[in-house]
This record gives sequence, C-alpha cells and structure tokens, in this order.
Amino acid sequence: MQSKPKLRFWGSEAASGLLMISPTAIYAILLLAAPLAMIVAYSFMTDGYLQIIPRFQLCNYVGECHSYKDVNGVLTEAQTYKGVWSDPLALTLMWRSLLVSMLVTAVTVLLAFPVAYYVSFYVSPSKKSLWLFLITIPFWTSYLIRVFLWKVILGTGGPINYGLLELGLIQEPITWLLYNLNSVVITLAHAYAPFAILPIFVSLEKIDRSFLEAGRDLGESPFMTFWRVTLPLAMPGVISSVLIVFIPTIGDYVTPSLVGGPEGKMVANLVELNYKKLDNYPLGSALAVSSMALVMAVSLLFLFMNRRFLKGNKR
Amino acid sequence: MKGGWFRGYTIFYLIFLYAPIVLLPIFAFNNATTVAFPLNGFTTAWFGKLWDDPALHHALKNSLIIGCSAAVISTCLGIFASRASSRYAFPFKTPLMGLIMLPLVMPDIILAVALLTVLLGIGMPLSLFTVILGHVLVCTPFSIAILSAAFQSLDQSLEEAAYDLGETPISAFRLVILPLVLPGIISSLLITFTISLDEFIMAFFLAGNENTLPVYIFGQFRFPQNVPVILALGTILVCLSIALLATAEYFRRRGIAKTGGKDTGGFL
Repeated sequence: MQSKPKLRFWGSEAASGLLMISPTAIYAILLLAAPLAMIVAYSFMTDGYLQIIPRFQLCNYVGECHSYKDVNGVLTEAQTYKGVWSDPLALTLMWRSLLVSMLVTAVTVLLAFPVAYYVSFYVSPSKKSLWLFLITIPFWTSYLIRVFLWKVILGTGGPINYGLLELGLIQEPITWLLYNLNSVVITLAHAYAPFAILPIFVSLEKIDRSFLEAGRDLGESPFMTFWRVTLPLAMPGVISSVLIVFIPTIGDYVTPSLVGGPEGKMVANLVELNYKKLDNYPLGSALAVSSMALVMAVSLLFLFMNRRFLKGNKR
Repeated sequence: MKGGWFRGYTIFYLIFLYAPIVLLPIFAFNNATTVAFPLNGFTTAWFGKLWDDPALHHALKNSLIIGCSAAVISTCLGIFASRASSRYAFPFKTPLMGLIMLPLVMPDIILAVALLTVLLGIGMPLSLFTVILGHVLVCTPFSIAILSAAFQSLDQSLEEAAYDLGETPISAFRLVILPLVLPGIISSLLITFTISLDEFIMAFFLAGNENTLPVYIFGQFRFPQNVPVILALGTILVCLSIALLATAEYFRRRGIAKTGGKDTGGFL
C-alpha cells in the first residue's frame, strides 16, 4: 500500500484497526500479559502463609529462603526452603523436563515428517483434507482419557504384554515400558503428533514442484534432490513444528502424573505442588519462570542455529 | 500406486494415533473391573452406571455452562481480532497478534498459575466464571486460526460495493460480510466448545470447589474400581467430539468454498 500523507488519527485505517482489535487485545493484556508479569514479580517476593509479602529478594531462585506466618499480627519465620537453582530436587525435575521435551520433540518431528511428506506429495489434492482430518481427530478427543489409555497399553495387562505373552516371546510381563521416561515420551509423542505434522505439511505444500524436476533433470538422485532441495525448503515448517512441540511439552502436567511414576515426574508436578498443596506462590512462580526461561533460551539457540533457513521467510 | 513405502508408514502411523481410541470402547464394554487383557465378556453395565452418579451430572452441567460461554466469548473475540488483522494495517499489529496467539504455544500450567495469582491477588473467588476466563484465553487463538482463513479469502470489493450502495459499516457487515463468514463462525463455535469441554489444567487450577468433567475424570482415576465407568463416559465423549468436529469441518469447508478461497486443509 502507498504511504498516504498523515491525516487525522481518528477515522484513519490505523485507528479502525486498533479499535477493531481492542476487545481481544485488552482481554489478552489484562488476562495474559499482566498475569505473566505478575508471576515474574511474585517470584522475587516473600512467602507469608496465605499472603504475599512485598519484600524483594532473590532467594526463590538462589540460596535459602524463609517463609513467614502471621502469629497474632506479627510476622514470624515459619519455614526455610531452598531456591529453585539451589534445590537438588527442583534442578533434577527441570533438567529432566528439558530432556523429555527434547526427546519428545525429536521423536515427534522425525516420525511426523514422512507422514506430512506422504500427504503432501503422494495423496491426490482432493483427498488431502480428508487425510489431514483423519490425522487431527485423535488430537481433539479427551486428552485425559488418551493418556490413561497409554497407561493401559504400556501396562502389564495391556495389549503389548498380553500379545507377547500369548505368543510365548516373553515369560513375564515387561515392566520397563510404564512409569518411567519411556512412557512419558511415548505418550507425549502421541499427544503432539498433529502439531508436528501440520506445519511441515503446510511448508511442503508451498514448494514449487518444478524445483524438484529441475533437480532431477540436472542429474541429482532422488535422495540428493530431497536433501538439497526439498528439505531446505521445508525447514521453516520443521522449525515451527519443533517449537510448537518443544515449548508446551516442558509444562505438561497430566502425562507425568498418570504414566510417569516417581522417576518420570516433571517440573509441572512441582509447580502444582507449590501452588496447590504447599501454598508457596513465590517459589512456584520462580519455578515457572525458571523453566520458561530455560525453554526460551533453548528455543532461541535453536532458531539461531537454523537462521539461514528462515531468511526471506518472515511472516 | 506411488509412494508405497510412505503409504505403508503413514498407515502404520495412523494405527499408532488411533490405538488408544480403538481400545477405549473395547474396555468400556468389557465385563471386568480391571482394565486389562484378556477380555471377559460383553456388558453395558458401565454405561448404565453413568445415569446414577449425581457428582458426574453436576460436573457435566458445569462443563456445558463453561463450554458454551467460552465458545461464544472466544468466537466474538476471534471475530474482532481476525477481522482487524486481515482487513487493516495498524501500529503494533505484530506484537498484539503475537500476544493474543501466545496461549497456543505456552504451557497451559504457566497460563493457569499466572491467572490464579492475579485472580487471588485482586480477591476474586474461584468459580465457574474464573474457569470461563481461562478457557476464553486458550480458545481464542484457535478461533482466530479458523476465522482468519474465512476473513482473508473475503473479497474487499464486495464490502466497498455495499458502501457505494449506501450501507453503513454496520449494516454492510451484517448484510454482506457476516453471511459469507458465517460457516467459519459456526466452525469456530464448535471447535472452541470442544476444546473447552476437554480442557483440564485451567479448570484444575481455577475451578475452586467446583468440578468440571475433566477434573472429575482425573479425580476418578485414583479409584481403580471407577475406571470402567470413566471409560464408558470417555467413549461417549469421543463420539461426541468426532461428531462436533465433522460438523465443524463441514462448515469450515463450506465457508471457504463460499468465499471462493482455496482449501489449505486442517484447522491449524
């Protein structure tokens, strides 16, 4: 659009646009931006039982903290606890969550790519949306019940163990499938599958098919054509898949609680514990902020490593 | 048939995707209290038990109230945002849209504790209303994703023609734009309702003493003897979701065909 001389603000396109978006934007600012800012602020404050004492401190992150209790109007020290980065349990859970997210992302995106490739390159155009619909349906059905059913599938009385026992391939049920990181990764890879397939599919659809023919005409093998033409052009989709799977998985609560067992617990379980049972909001906030910061750092590093694929693809 | 290997792999992958959903009715009709193989005969008793559980009915009522409210509010907010982003250029467009779409990638638990902190900070008691506030936040980005496709394929000259024929912006919207994007709106209502009905984390943190259907289901998982009933409930919910989604998909496609756009497929 040509730049017009600046007229009065009201009645201009900018004003109409801002006015139009204002209900949604105000909602997001009040109920999303402000709350997020608030947990960052809370993570620097002091825990008083059932209240927050607005006293700035860093000990929710490093060092040792005291929580206070109101005894006849006087704040008295009640408990000491360790900050997130000084607490071995919190550190273990954060690193484990990061590891699980990375594993889930790698597994999900690698398994999803051929599916997106098949639907984009081999399915006839009229049937593509049907295939995508089939792929997305499981995602929309009750998440809790799907996770619970993975517990059944991987459990000792599940179809895998029952089948192997009946076939005589094993004498005793396999127990290493459930209540550890394996089950968490499998369940999350299942839950996030459509999120990985769709962005890759969209970027594969955008590839001009004549580029591939050109590659083949110039004597490249099918594999080299894929490696040197298709894959680099599909990278923006792969990158969005990676981020859209990686960022939410670190905060997953249901899967580690139902199929994780004691060695599969993740950071969300500790956040929940601090918010609901221990009622220590500052520590819970510090945990939430720390894990988000960790995720953001890894995501930015990943984006930086792949920056050459994103040039000229600004959306 | 081209792509034989890929086809085989994709079918295998679909089996992986559908495995839990296929097992669900098998165990819901299985005549045993433990959810395990071998199966023990056919029964509809678990479905019968759904009728005499008042706690379940209460949770269902709550979920329906929340689902309908969240669907209507988030679709309205979605209409404003997708109309603004597809029709106008305005300052701070990218950061504002980024903020609005943020819940799509944020872990739900972060959104939930952040909202919880603010609500308790301003002294608002937890209730169904606070769950609705949270669900609207989660549902709006999905609504925008669906509606943007409908608004973007809209031909702007239709609207200009309406102005030239003497319509006001409001009547032009009602008479010209609304009928064209209506299928997208219906699709958005159905999808956001489905998301809200299934959303657990927000409700878990923000419902206070109330129960929603997923919170009730999560609670029942602690009692192994109640699990078959939950699987019966799950079977009904999955059928309901598939029906809602198929309807939504039908309207979404019709909407795109109506405005003359090209189907890019998928909701996301």
